[in-house]
Amino acid sequence: MAGGSVYTAALMEHNSHPECKYELEDYTHEREGVNPSCGDEMVLRLRLSDDGSTIEEAAFTGSGCAVSQASADIMAELICGMPVADAKRLAGLFFRMVQGDELTEEEQDELDEAYELESISRMPARVKCAELGWRTLDSLI
Amino acid sequence: MMAAKVNERRLHGESVLTQSGRAEWDAHNARATMLADSTFKRDFPLLAGNPSLAFLDSAATAQRPQAVLEAQERFYETMNANALRGLYRLSAEATEAINASRAHVARFLGLDGKKDAHDIIFCRNTSEALNLVAHSYAPTVLGPGDEVCITIMEHHSNLIPWQQACRAAGAKLVYMYPNEQGVIDEAEMRAKIGPRTKIVSAVHVSNVLGIANDVQLMGRIAHEMGAVMVVDGAQSVPHFPISIPELGCDFFAFSGHKVFGPFGIGVLWGRHELLDVMPPFLTGGEMIDSVTEQEATWAPVPEKFEAGTQDAAGIYALDAALGYVESVGFEIMQERERILVEECMRRMGELDFIRLIGPQDPAEHHGVVSFNICGIHPHDVASILDMDNVAIRAGHHCAQPLLTHLGIGACCRVSLAFYNDRVDIDRLIMGLKHVWAMFHG
Repeated sequence: MAGGSVYTAALMEHNSHPECKYELEDYTHEREGVNPSCGDEMVLRLRLSDDGSTIEEAAFTGSGCAVSQASADIMAELICGMPVADAKRLAGLFFRMVQGDELTEEEQDELDEAYELESISRMPARVKCAELGWRTLDSLI
Repeated sequence: MMAAKVNERRLHGESVLTQSGRAEWDAHNARATMLADSTFKRDFPLLAGNPSLAFLDSAATAQRPQAVLEAQERFYETMNANALRGLYRLSAEATEAINASRAHVARFLGLDGKKDAHDIIFCRNTSEALNLVAHSYAPTVLGPGDEVCITIMEHHSNLIPWQQACRAAGAKLVYMYPNEQGVIDEAEMRAKIGPRTKIVSAVHVSNVLGIANDVQLMGRIAHEMGAVMVVDGAQSVPHFPISIPELGCDFFAFSGHKVFGPFGIGVLWGRHELLDVMPPFLTGGEMIDSVTEQEATWAPVPEKFEAGTQDAAGIYALDAALGYVESVGFEIMQERERILVEECMRRMGELDFIRLIGPQDPAEHHGVVSFNICGIHPHDVASILDMDNVAIRAGHHCAQPLLTHLGIGACCRVSLAFYNDRVDIDRLIMGLKHVWAMFHG
């Protein structure tokens, strides 16, 4: 097997046992995201704090490839409890990463588990799978 | 299975040299030899240079033999000049190369190399060839309420041009659907092709199902109704001999790169009476007779449809590609593909997590084996197979309406060519087991 695979144990775990894949009931924000050419689709729901500054809870539902599902799960886990502004910044970092931009060590740390998907930049056809959750988030906040 | 039976008899000391046993054994041997390491791979530098690669995506683009690569290089090294215009020897040679290729394409399609060569139009690919018909011919016959009839199996290249042509003319795009056996039968053709139909356009061999449509019958019905018949031959030309006179169609399109030729060269053949009166598609250099400030008249066919400087090197290399196919021979290519598809389908059928798509009879697949793995997205399947150096295609294969019709969003596709062998299939099967293990291991 070639090295640098995106299908790491962590990614497979997020795909098979997603923590944040459920129907969030008391949500304040909702957005649908689709990759028409892949058939990946998801609905991302957020519950923001009363003042709208913090993401209290994030969850998604939908179907698609392992990359899209795991990436969305990693994202939702990361942004739970995060200030909206930080989540927005994180999305920007993620987009830079999957486009092949080199990130500083601090930026890599900030992306945390989402940095697992770094090697997707070398699989151009799969970039939009990895981005789906983040694009949906980016358009929602 | 056959080998096991024969070997078992051998083990028990039985003679395998009875007449029927002998025939059985010979057949098995022939089959085993056919499937073993492909010596044809030596003709293809990319395959020869990547012995660990299982290239199973020839329906997307075939590999090129050395002879084609050499021809392309030879053109630039020894013949390079702008064809058609030049009044010097080199340019005349380049022109001659284009004309020779034109004649070869005509013969390859079962036409007369002398008489019919001028009805061979070089363009970039099948898409451009079909766009030419949709832009130049369709507006001359389509009006409000008229119909264009295509099949649900079309590649987008034989679908979008007709959607656009119908929209522009206020005409209707009508689809023919396969029956339960997966075949577009005569009843369906007669139900959909009617007096309002002006154009019938059909994919000869489906790039997803591998099934061949009876375009001959479709053409006969189209003609009965006063319509013309267009055939998209992108996936048929690489797999079996084509005879346009037998097909009886009015337009036929194919791409060079799927028949072991270079990228960027496609062919449209059209019935001369139609081409002759059709307005040009693209305009500019080379396609005119004379030009004044406000007017222009057109060059005769085929130049009328070949605006701008042609890719003479590519056209010359296509000539070499057709020569290569002829040197191997369709008989051998078809036999190898038949056995490879049979073996591939049999062994994939043994994996209970695989769902094969398309006809059950391997002979109907023309190198294409589409499938899905239960619960695993086709893109994941292809990406994980890639880690094992197995190259397949996954997605909607530029045939979204067909996949919607089949009730699937996407699928995986293995496409075999005569240069593939048992080693490629072994790698595929191992890779598929690996995919399953990654998700369920």
